[in-house]
Amino acid sequence: MKTAPISIQRGGGDTPDRTESFEVPYSEGMSVLDALIWIRNNADPSLAFRYSCINANACKECVLKVDGKTDYACTARLDEQGVTIGPLTNKTLIRDLVVDTLPPKERLDSLGR
Amino acid sequence: MTEEPIHLETDVLVVGAGGAGMYAAIAAARNGANVLLLDKSLIGRGGATIMAQMTVAVAVGEQTPDHWTHHLADTLNAGRGLCDEELAAILCREGPERIREMDEWRVGWTREDGHMKQVMAPGHEIPRCVFVDFLNTGPAVAKTLRTRVARTDGITKISNLSVTDLVVEDGRVRGAVALDLNGGRAVTIAAGAVVLAAGGLTRLYQRNSASVNMGGESYALALRAGADLIDMEFVQFFPIGHLAPRLVGMDPIMWDPFRYKLGGRLLNGNQEEFIEKYGASDSGTYTAPRDVTSYAIFKEVEAGRASPNGGAYLSFTHLDEATLREAFGPVINRLACNGIDLTKRPIEVAPIAHYHMGGIRVTPEMATTVPGLYASGEAVGGANGANRLSGNAITEALVFGERAGHFAAQAATNKVWNSSWADDAVGDIETMAPDSGNAPTFGELFGELQNLMWQKVGLLRTGEKLEQALSRIREMQAQDLPRMRPQNKGPFALGVQEWFDLRAALATAETIALTALNRTESRGAHQREDLPDTEESQTHNQCVRLSGGTLTLESVPVRRTEFEKVALGATE
Repeated sequence: MKTAPISIQRGGGDTPDRTESFEVPYSEGMSVLDALIWIRNNADPSLAFRYSCINANACKECVLKVDGKTDYACTARLDEQGVTIGPLTNKTLIRDLVVDTLPPKERLDSLGR
Repeated sequence: MTEEPIHLETDVLVVGAGGAGMYAAIAAARNGANVLLLDKSLIGRGGATIMAQMTVAVAVGEQTPDHWTHHLADTLNAGRGLCDEELAAILCREGPERIREMDEWRVGWTREDGHMKQVMAPGHEIPRCVFVDFLNTGPAVAKTLRTRVARTDGITKISNLSVTDLVVEDGRVRGAVALDLNGGRAVTIAAGAVVLAAGGLTRLYQRNSASVNMGGESYALALRAGADLIDMEFVQFFPIGHLAPRLVGMDPIMWDPFRYKLGGRLLNGNQEEFIEKYGASDSGTYTAPRDVTSYAIFKEVEAGRASPNGGAYLSFTHLDEATLREAFGPVINRLACNGIDLTKRPIEVAPIAHYHMGGIRVTPEMATTVPGLYASGEAVGGANGANRLSGNAITEALVFGERAGHFAAQAATNKVWNSSWADDAVGDIETMAPDSGNAPTFGELFGELQNLMWQKVGLLRTGEKLEQALSRIREMQAQDLPRMRPQNKGPFALGVQEWFDLRAALATAETIALTALNRTESRGAHQREDLPDTEESQTHNQCVRLSGGTLTLESVPVRRTEFEKVALGATE
C-alpha cells in the first residue's frame, strides 16, 4: 500500500508545541482533509481541526496552511511526497489546527454577562 | 470541583442555523421574541442548505401557469400514499410566499426573459424548479439568510455551541444544555420555546452527501425529550451520487443539475440503458423517480453489470464543449481541475444517502408532542411521505422554518428555570467514562455504524439484515458507548463532542432499523427484498417514541386533507 508522509504542527490547549508526523494510506486524488480525517479515526483521535461540509468547499471552515500557503483542506490535493500542515498564523491558536476564526458576533465570549 | 456552567436566557432557542433555523430565527424575532440561534458549526455555513446546488420546487407559475394544488398533487404522488397531507399542503401553499420573500432579499433566482426561470425535475408535471446559477442555490440561500439574520433585531448568534440535551420539566421544554466547543465547557440555556432545526441523518450511512453535523442530532434530542418521531424508516437515497473518479471541492450530488439541464444517459457496465427494465423511462430526460433509479442501479450492480467502481455510468459524451460551458460556465473548469472531461468519458455514479423523509412529528403549527418544543426543515417528518419529490427540501426548510419561528414566538411566554433541572445533562458533559485502557474509539464505532447502516439498513433491506442491525445497534448503546472515552478535554477537544455524536447516531439508527423491520412491505424509499410488494393494508404512518428507556411503536392513520387541483390557464 502506498503511503504519504503528513507533518502536522500541533499545540495549544494544554499541550506543548510540537511537529508530529504520520504515514497516511495514499490513493490518487485524495485531499488533505481525507488525510486528517484518517489520522483522527485511525492514528490519533486527539488531533483537532475544523471542517463541516467534508468535500464540497461550501462551508469554508477547513482553511489552514498547507506547505506554508493558506488553503482549504478539502480541496488541497495530496501527492505521495506528502505535505506539512499548520494552523493559520494570523489568528489566536485554540488547539492544533484550530484557530479562532469565529466572526466577532458569533462568539459565546462576546455576550454581555 | 468543576466551575459553574455559563447560563444564557432567551425567549426562543433555535438549534441549528441552516436554512430552516435561520428562517425560524427571523420569523420568531419578527413576532416579537428574543432569539438565540445556535450552530454546532458556524452560523449559516453548516447543515444541508449550503450544500444544495440546485432546484427549489415552488408553484410561482412564472415559467408556465401553475398552482400550488398541482405541486401538492405531485408531492403526494411521490410520497406513495404516506404524506401528511396537511403538512404537504402547507409546504406547497406557502412556498411561493417564501420564494418571493427570498427574491426581495436578493437571493438572485436565475431569470430568463424577465421572469424566474423554472426547470423540469423528476416527478414534476411541469417545469417548477427555481435555482441560482451556477450550482449556487444553497450557498446563495444561506448567504441571503445570514445577511437577513444579521439585519434582524433581537437575534443573538453563537457558533460552535452544540446542544447535547433538552431540559424538560413538568411536561414542558424549559431550555437546553450545550457544549461550548471552543471553551470545552457546559452551557445551560433557559428558553420559553425551542425550535429544533438541525435535521438530517445521512451521515449514519457509509456513502452519504452529508456534512459532519447531519448525524441525526435533532431526532435524538426530540426522542430523549419524549417527542414522537414519524416515518423514520424512509431514508432517501439519491441515485446518481458521484462515485469516480475522485472529485474534490464539489458536492457529490452535483450531477443532478447536469441532468436537469442536459439530460445525460445512465448506462450499466455494459454501456446499456437499463431503467426501462425497472418500469420507468429515463433516456436522456431524467424523469424516472429517485427511488426507482436507485433500486435499478443496485440491481444492475447485483447482477454483475456494474461500472468498474461498483455503480453505473453517466454519460454526457454526446454533448460538445460549447453546450456544456453554456449550461455550467465555470463549473466546467472545476471539473477539468479534477481531470474530468465530460465530452470524452462518462463518469461513474451510485446511490448515496441524501435526505430523510422521516423526522419529528409535528402539528401544522410545527409543534411537537412536547409542549414548547417545535421543529423545522429536514428535522420535521411526514410532509414527504415515503419518497420526497425533488426540489422540496429547500422549500420545506423555508416554509417550515418560518412557521416554527412564528408559532414558537407565540408560545414562548412561559419561561421558568431551575438550574438543578440541568444537573444530569451538565454532568454528562463533565463526567466522561474513566480510562479503561482498551475502550473503543469514536472512529472505530462510528465507522462500524456507518457500515452496518449501509449494508443492513440501506436501500435493499431484509428482515434478517434489519434484525442483525438492530441487535448490534442496541449492543453498541449498552456496551460500547458507556466505555468510549474522549482522548482529551478542554478547548476544541473533539472527543467530547464525538461521544454525544455517537449517542445521537445510535439512538436515531435504532429508530430507523426498528421501524424498517416493522414495515413488512416495500414502499418508496423503503425496499424489502423479502417483502417486495406494497400492501394497501400498510398505508399508515409509524410513530416511535422513547418511554422508560425503550422505544415503542404505534401505527397512526395518514393525515388527509381535501383539495382539488385548480384548473390552469392556457399555456402559451
